[in-house]
Amino acid sequence: MTWVRIVAWRAAMAVPLLLAVTFAMFALAKASPFDPVRQYLGDRAMTTSPEIAAQIRANWGLDRPLVEQYATWLGNLVTGDLGESRSLRLPVTQVIGERLGWTLLVVGCALVLMLVVGLVAGTLAAWRRDSWLDRLVTGTAFANEAAPVFWVGLLVIWVFAVKLGWLPAGGLTDAASATVTLPDLLHHLVLPVAVLAFSQSSWLLLFVRESVIGVLREDFILGARARGLRSRTVLVRHALRSALLPFITIMGARVPELVTGAILVEAVFSWPGVAGTTIKAALAVDFPLLAALTLLATVAVVLGNLLADLAYTVADPRVRVLGVS
Amino acid sequence: MAAPETPKTPKPTEATETTGTAGTPETPETPETRWQARAEVSGRAAGRPARRRLLALGTLAVLVTAVLLVPLFAQLDQQLVDLRSAGRPPSWAHPFGTDEVGRDVLLRSIYGLRVSLLVGLTAALVSVVIGGLVGLLAGAAGGVVDRLLMRIVDGFNSLPHLLFGIFIVALFAPSATAVVVSVAVTHWTTAARIVRSEVLSLRGRPFVDAAISGGSSRARIVHRHFLPNLAPHLLLATVLMVPHAIWHETALSFLGLGLPAHLASLGNMINDGQRSLLAGDWWSSLFPGLLILLPTLAISALAQHLRDRSNPRHRSELTL
Repeated sequence: MTWVRIVAWRAAMAVPLLLAVTFAMFALAKASPFDPVRQYLGDRAMTTSPEIAAQIRANWGLDRPLVEQYATWLGNLVTGDLGESRSLRLPVTQVIGERLGWTLLVVGCALVLMLVVGLVAGTLAAWRRDSWLDRLVTGTAFANEAAPVFWVGLLVIWVFAVKLGWLPAGGLTDAASATVTLPDLLHHLVLPVAVLAFSQSSWLLLFVRESVIGVLREDFILGARARGLRSRTVLVRHALRSALLPFITIMGARVPELVTGAILVEAVFSWPGVAGTTIKAALAVDFPLLAALTLLATVAVVLGNLLADLAYTVADPRVRVLGVS
Repeated sequence: MAAPETPKTPKPTEATETTGTAGTPETPETPETRWQARAEVSGRAAGRPARRRLLALGTLAVLVTAVLLVPLFAQLDQQLVDLRSAGRPPSWAHPFGTDEVGRDVLLRSIYGLRVSLLVGLTAALVSVVIGGLVGLLAGAAGGVVDRLLMRIVDGFNSLPHLLFGIFIVALFAPSATAVVVSVAVTHWTTAARIVRSEVLSLRGRPFVDAAISGGSSRARIVHRHFLPNLAPHLLLATVLMVPHAIWHETALSFLGLGLPAHLASLGNMINDGQRSLLAGDWWSSLFPGLLILLPTLAISALAQHLRDRSNPRHRSELTL
């Protein structure tokens, strides 16, 4: 079974990686000039006696050696305890649990939209190569690739929220409402999802276009056309289908960009998800929360690669049947 | 070895390419012939690259001149606060408008571009130097060292770049150095990969065999044979890295985690612009963003051209 081997191999690779990343986080925190106890005390730092400060330090375990702190954190991690967020004064697991769903909602919707837009526009551009449609689509995609997503987000807010007043500029619900209702949520979801999907779709679109153009040159396409198949059948069933194979792997490799996009979009639209919380944790130098979120993102990347590998084995008959890639 | 002499492409090919596309649309209209004709011209975007390249070079030239000269000649202080003319839309006196405390957005954008370009260039150079050294070591040493280094490269590649940058900048005080380090630490891997694969292919070349059998030391081979051949690739890697580094700087600054607020970087300006956006002030976010967009597009166009020249098979790869 190929896929069992792949999962086992990936998991074996992931463990040292996650260990290295988390240890690096602790080493960086140790090397940082930032003192969480001083921050915690704030104004009181001047009037608090050194003994009490040392007591807090000991309570947080900050006086112990790096390796010991790290080992404790790892031990707690295994039992599902990620510590307490210093800025929000809540357990980290609770903070993440409350927000992860909102992030997954935005990212999931954006992924679907991005796949549809990227596949359709990319295939059309490849099919009508060098036409005005192709130029428009690729031109937009190149400009979009160069444009920072937060800037696009701001422009979109200006057009749709400030000028036209069609959609809200940010947040999860209207400021006045206490509960989340579905129409309200959908209303607020449109802009973040659209911006995230748009910003992520350009590479996909360009990739699909190049890939389909490449495949259209192959002999089997000529063969399919020679057998008298309709253009659309050749395009969708033959060209697009084989053009998508490398795309699966690349899709997995793009998870870091997706995380990056989510962070920026959530920041621009004040979306209450985990990605936007990262910024708050970073600005407040909230190490337990920041460490947990970085770990979460790295796990997401590893999972993305794993899923891409698995999908590849399913999609590629050469791997599925022969066990070679 | 293809030295990157950008400006001169052979004229004749351009001419034939132009006629090639000009002819295509006129061919008879059955789908089959149209389809074949397209397949034949495929791969050549005909005539347009030359114009695009010129446009890219022109844009870069204008921007760089502005960035270098304006601070010398403009006697104006870009930090000059003028509350009486705060929040003005673009006009002749202030072509890009003024921000919420009355500073001229055009002047600040040029200073911002200066800061962003400087940080971007430094970060790109640092990451290419780190990546180049690692790649050279991996490629030249081979064996266990190579495998170990490539595992590390894989590890760094599975980090979400921006998040790791945020992590570094948050723990160390926001400063230009922290930004440069955070970009370099996450981006040296591309250069390492390129250099390693290039070294591996160089190792199999006859002149390297000749040098080895002639008794050259490892250091001499690296110095005399590898480095000169790697130079064009390193240059290309640096050029490609610059827009990405600028993007990182602006993203971090936009989030309030990049350069200190008193430095007018483009990201800081967009961050400022975000606050006054809801009041209808679009110009203080739009124009700094355009100044990120333009050099990025120009640099990617040039880099793509360089890459196409050195390896036509790579033309399908995306630049960013």
